[in-house]
Amino acid sequence: MSKSPIKSTGKVTGIIANLVIVRFDGPVSQNEVCFIQDEDTALMAEVIKVQKGQAFVQAFESTRGLKIGADVEFRGHMLEATLGPGVLSRNYDGLMHDLDTMTGVFLQRGEYTDALDAEKQWDFKPTAAEGDTVVPGDWLGEVKENAVVHRIMVPFRLAGKYTLKSLAKAGAYRVNDTVAVITDSNGRDIEVSMVQKWPIKQAIRAYQEKPRPFRLLETGVRTMDTLNPIVEGGTGFIPGPFGSGKTVMQHAISRQAEADVVVVAACGERANEVVELFTEFPELEDPWTGRKLMERTVIIANTSNMPVAAREASVYTAMTISEYYRSMGLKVLMLADSTSRWAQALREMSNRLEELPGPDAFPMDLSAIISNFYARAGIVYLNNGKTGSITFIGTVSPAGGNLKEPVTESTRKAARCFYALSQQRADSKRYPAIDPIDSYSKYLEYPELQQALNEEIAPDWVDKVNQLKNILIRGKEAAEQINILGDDGVSLEYHLTYWRSEICDAVILQQDAFDAVDSRTPIKRQHYMLYKVLDICDTAFGFESYEEVNPYFKRIINQLRQMNYSEFDTDKFKEFEAGLEEIISERKAG
Amino acid sequence: METQAFQRIYTKIEELTKATCMVRATGVGYEELALVHGRLAQVVKIMEDAVTLQVFAGTEGIPTNAEVAFFGKPPTLQVSEALAGRFFNAYGHPIDGGPEVEGEEREIGGPSVNPVRRMQPSELITTGIAGIDLNNTLVTGQKIPFFADPDQPYNQVMAMVALRGQADKIILGGMGLTNDDYLFFKQVFENAGALHRIISFVNTTENPPVERLLVPDMALTAAEYFAVDKKQKVLVLLTDMTLYADALSIVSNRMDQIPSKDSMPGSLYSDLARLYEKAVQFDHGGSITIIAVTTLSGGDITHAIPDNTGYITEGQLFLRRDTDIGKVIVDPFRSLSRLKQLVIGKKTRADHPQVMNAAIRLYADAANARTKLENGFDLTDYDERTLEFAREYSDRLLAIDVNIDTEEMLNVGWALFAKHFSREEVAIRKDFVDQYWVG
Repeated sequence: MSKSPIKSTGKVTGIIANLVIVRFDGPVSQNEVCFIQDEDTALMAEVIKVQKGQAFVQAFESTRGLKIGADVEFRGHMLEATLGPGVLSRNYDGLMHDLDTMTGVFLQRGEYTDALDAEKQWDFKPTAAEGDTVVPGDWLGEVKENAVVHRIMVPFRLAGKYTLKSLAKAGAYRVNDTVAVITDSNGRDIEVSMVQKWPIKQAIRAYQEKPRPFRLLETGVRTMDTLNPIVEGGTGFIPGPFGSGKTVMQHAISRQAEADVVVVAACGERANEVVELFTEFPELEDPWTGRKLMERTVIIANTSNMPVAAREASVYTAMTISEYYRSMGLKVLMLADSTSRWAQALREMSNRLEELPGPDAFPMDLSAIISNFYARAGIVYLNNGKTGSITFIGTVSPAGGNLKEPVTESTRKAARCFYALSQQRADSKRYPAIDPIDSYSKYLEYPELQQALNEEIAPDWVDKVNQLKNILIRGKEAAEQINILGDDGVSLEYHLTYWRSEICDAVILQQDAFDAVDSRTPIKRQHYMLYKVLDICDTAFGFESYEEVNPYFKRIINQLRQMNYSEFDTDKFKEFEAGLEEIISERKAG
Repeated sequence: METQAFQRIYTKIEELTKATCMVRATGVGYEELALVHGRLAQVVKIMEDAVTLQVFAGTEGIPTNAEVAFFGKPPTLQVSEALAGRFFNAYGHPIDGGPEVEGEEREIGGPSVNPVRRMQPSELITTGIAGIDLNNTLVTGQKIPFFADPDQPYNQVMAMVALRGQADKIILGGMGLTNDDYLFFKQVFENAGALHRIISFVNTTENPPVERLLVPDMALTAAEYFAVDKKQKVLVLLTDMTLYADALSIVSNRMDQIPSKDSMPGSLYSDLARLYEKAVQFDHGGSITIIAVTTLSGGDITHAIPDNTGYITEGQLFLRRDTDIGKVIVDPFRSLSRLKQLVIGKKTRADHPQVMNAAIRLYADAANARTKLENGFDLTDYDERTLEFAREYSDRLLAIDVNIDTEEMLNVGWALFAKHFSREEVAIRKDFVDQYWVG
């Protein structure tokens, strides 16, 4: 990637909302960043089309007051993320400007803050040796960033092989200090600091290969881990109408998941929900390390009232940060709430460009854009053989709750796990409202994952999960029959089938995201409870009439729920369990 | 508004549509205001020297040689304490016969609050209506609409909420209000002796529809002045946001934009979010709370307007006529306040969440019993008791004419539980039952 020394310039010739048309001299490239000079303020923008010698640029700010003839300066590079130590714990806007260092209560037009603290000293330790042959992405040294070992890498934008000429000694350095010099095949020296830039719309490909995911990513959410597991490097999406609990679900995953780094893209959603993260994450504990959650988290906030064009950029910024940390061999979890808002941003711009629309006025290439984006997630083998992963979960807000709309349909093609939030479950307060039957995890069909689950959890784990699924499906069928024929119109066996699935639903699927204990269930405990519940489902009970079934199973459910609310394996837990055994023995046949 | 000496005046209009005109002009800023043939207009598109203006009052009768005078600034509002107690039109001009307000000139539709400067909302708003305070508690800094059919008394309930809500200022943004409703609000506020803390920006059905687009921005600019500069608790009432969205679709249609779902512009979500997200809690105590009305067509919440609204706002309130008691109630099933978790049981008595959930659960059992009854099945003794409970619960708590404090609501709840059910049937945590069970 060569940079021309002379930057192109231009003048504004047209303005339609945040679409600005610019006549330019010199070369301009697609997606190049430019700044529009509106009196004292420089507005950041990105080239999205060139036509008849004019560049169409989308401004990341309001264009109010902008006039024809305003000067434009092109920057010779695309929209970039600034990557280096100090990204963790920060709150950025969609273009990676630090929200906390901005002045004033309101977001001022053209106020662009730095992504990293240039003055902070980091304790650098070299890990490579002078004379080593290195390629982009190779680790040269490390600094400690919160609990994470932050690798300093050969910049991704380089290509080919280099010789490590010199490497800084252990000591304190600022991010822009040179810590290494590498020499290319022509003998040219390149200085390497701890910061590098990367164009956000391109994937970082500094790895050997991307295998199929093969390890569970534990979230502590039972309906996911047990029933439809997401994997390290997997992709999933959560569609659901408003009020069905998408955000509560995502917040629970972001708090509990077994990840080294969590990147949250709040994309076009409510500001008060982001404020909840700002308020709680510095206080809450990471269940895996005991440190504060904020230490492993990066928040990219482009709330619904922030500029629309930056909303599109925000998900790419988040993905690029995720890829950066993946290259350090870390387990990254990225969440985007909601990808529908991102698609709507694409729609608004496509509309202003007067492109021929696809379904529901979305751009024709929506499906391809979504697939490409999801494809950036995954587990990889780095050049040094170590693994790193990005697990990506996006929410989708289908218009009118209709899952046949273009964003949901396109995402369904791209994501491997589908967590369908059902209005009906939400209405009956069965949370999380993930429909156990419509939802799926394609990963559960992967033999390599099945093998891993059976090795890690229990030899017959996958069989038991399938047994659980069957109970749920049969229970649903029985419920339909009972509704049609009436309680006394079906045989006793239908009631038993129904109530077995009710136990599974109440104890395994339903989970209280606001309860300190129930909210997060470690896999060992999920294993224990699943086998307990399936045992009960396998037990033959004696009943005289259907009227006895309902109150009896309610007692069982109540007891199991009390167990869910108690710390695992404590006296209290065992006490409830003993109570449960007593209830079971009352009617156990034979 | 008179033209002034320094204004640039152009007379070459080349295109006219029902809502827009295009004039050849230079040096014009985007979103700048202009006067076209004496009518207020705003720049919506500039291509070289072709400037397209949206004429708020419509273009009927505008000739091609009409005078177009540019103001050199976007729409503004003069803000000061003198706004209080006044009634304005969509342009911010007095319609109450009083003088123009003097004050600092602020652009309307200004920038957003930096999310890291917001505070998590945590201050309860009490309204005396149990359907709200008990089941769907409101919090300062929240944004929540009434989803209601046009025949329901949403404006009355909203006025009641506003007057009881202990806000320092109440700002009414009326869009497409009938003249009768406008007079209703005026009279209610006057009767309550609250005029000094009311500010109104009103576009009635007698005014051109496109003018409505200015109303929420005017109201919210005034709100930001009182919430940010004066650190006051401001309550903004926006009625009816469906008519606002309709005006958006008119404009986008005239600008040849491709419509998305339900003929609404593709930017509807962003357009509505830009307004609703003005709701905010600051650390200095100032806040903006937005209560809006979105009228539905036959209760259909999948239409693009309520659907997009639901994704933006923090819950919604549904009104319903309860035929058993012949009163309008706040529907406990479909209504939701997303922020209630932040205050119930914390700012209110500790048993609040449990009492709320138990009552709704029993009310749901009553609904099931009613279905059974309609289908001709026999009712059990428990079913009968739930029906009796539901009737009283509706009458004494859900009805919108209830006006009691939250503690009293909880006491009524406990009294109804004890009257109709056993302790086990209510299934509330044991320590609360021991403390509050009546009898």
